[in-house]
Amino acid sequence: MTGVRFLPAGDRALVVEFGDHIERALSERVLRLAERLKELRLQGVIETLPTFRSLLVRYDPSQTSGAALEKEIGAHLEDEAGARGETRLWHIPACYDERCAPDLAEVAQRTKLTTTEVIARHSGTQFLVYVVGFAAGFPYMGDLPSELVLPRRTDPRVRVPAGSIAMATTLTGIYPLESPGGWHLIGAAPIRLFDAQWERPALLRPGDFAKFEPVDFAEYERIRAAVEGNDYDVPFTMIAA
Amino acid sequence: MSPILRVKSPGLHTTVQDLGRDGFADVGVPPSGALDAVGLRLANALLGNRPDAAALEVLVGGPELEVIAESAHVAFVGGTAGISVQDAHHRSIAAGRSVHVKRGDVVKIGMIAGSSCGYLALEGGIGVPRVLGSASTYTRGTLGGFEGRALRAGDVLHGAETEPAGEELELATPLESEFDAPIRIVLGPQDDHFTQDAIAAFLAGVYIVSAQADRMGFRLEGPVLAHTRGYNIVSDGIVSGSIQVPGSGQPIVLMRDYQTIGGYPKIATVISPDISRLGRRSAGAKVRFARVSRDEAEAVYRDEEAFIAERIKALRPARDEASLNIEALYDENLIGGIVSARE
Repeated sequence: MTGVRFLPAGDRALVVEFGDHIERALSERVLRLAERLKELRLQGVIETLPTFRSLLVRYDPSQTSGAALEKEIGAHLEDEAGARGETRLWHIPACYDERCAPDLAEVAQRTKLTTTEVIARHSGTQFLVYVVGFAAGFPYMGDLPSELVLPRRTDPRVRVPAGSIAMATTLTGIYPLESPGGWHLIGAAPIRLFDAQWERPALLRPGDFAKFEPVDFAEYERIRAAVEGNDYDVPFTMIAA
Repeated sequence: MSPILRVKSPGLHTTVQDLGRDGFADVGVPPSGALDAVGLRLANALLGNRPDAAALEVLVGGPELEVIAESAHVAFVGGTAGISVQDAHHRSIAAGRSVHVKRGDVVKIGMIAGSSCGYLALEGGIGVPRVLGSASTYTRGTLGGFEGRALRAGDVLHGAETEPAGEELELATPLESEFDAPIRIVLGPQDDHFTQDAIAAFLAGVYIVSAQADRMGFRLEGPVLAHTRGYNIVSDGIVSGSIQVPGSGQPIVLMRDYQTIGGYPKIATVISPDISRLGRRSAGAKVRFARVSRDEAEAVYRDEEAFIAERIKALRPARDEASLNIEALYDENLIGGIVSARE
């Protein structure tokens, strides 16, 4: 397979690198290989971590070796030409009300759009979850329509509220917990993104798709209360990847 | 599960850790687990516990724990100072041995000399719910361990009630911190983002563990490492031991509570047996790196496992001198002559 590099990451992990930039086609290859390795259950593989452009494979060196795994994985790189199976498209309630969106006006100004246009473009896009990281359950999703692409804020916030919908560069994401952050806050989702008690502890996983469904502030509050009472499930549909 | 220990004083940063959790890196959860996995395994072995039983990881020192069960069997491994048990007397217990304690005793861990971390294990393990398959605390995610956080005064730790029957054991040779040992690395995954001079400087230089060193990562200070094409990459996966180099050119070794992805080039990766060695070093300690191939690293790992197995096989009944009782010696005037000689 062209352009694939195996890179060592110590004695317990290796990286299968497909490229050095963010691109759907690269991500699809990463995700397909991750899916394939899950099916293959190669001896000694502990887990895989898909990123925008590479797959990290953690292994147990008492059961296999990096060299052996490179050979085995190398033999299956062609398999990834097959399509991924069905995947989830999440319909995420998103409140773009100014009470939830401290940076929306500034984003509109900088992108030379109205706030309504920013919302329409953001909620009109179906995003791919490229990676989950930064914090447990934080989804890095893309790609934003080109008109919405802005660099990160020059003055990162010390505290970004949990549930904030944020954007920077070509990506958008949702903060699972209050944390520091340098992205532009354009809305809020009244949902839980991570719970260690769930069988799947993260709502959004690499390879899922997501679409933001605008809700007004009253609906946002209603859903938030329902989530707190464990009486709300984020809707999803199954689609072909 | 019964209440066994009550935290009188928590120390600087004391958490419940085991050997970590696997399987959730793809949703942003790092393994966590003991900084010094060897120390944890030996502490557990002294009590006949499984190697991955949950124990207390003590950073720097400080905790005092009151025994509230009828009896308990504990062991401490880490550094050279040992612990003390305040009972009717005042027993000093060497690092690397187990000891029976009883209701009302206070187990005190002072400053851990000769290591940044130590492990207090309890026969049967510290009883906390396993979260995502592990008892390890990941404080940044408020997850696992004791309520996802470091211990506080008043916390009550549970465990299995045990009979005070098991033999007290000790290590045949102490666990050395090996502060002078080179930390072995495998170059990559992004060594091609650095100049040849940078790689040479990285391998030849002496680094110092900075004050910014915690369970997430150790920032080092030393020769500046120049990148060939900027210091940003599109984020990719991190492991324990990844050495990322941000714009400052000063390396950061990611330890157990790392962020699972990172956007700085990683010049090299510390091999897994040497993460425990590095984990024992505190701020101010020296770090020299030595390059090994991946095949060599995997061989080192296997040797190291064999060596740990040998150490566990060599555990022996603790000798009485190990609990040499200084106060009792004073009481009995055995060393009175030395005291008066100083007057």
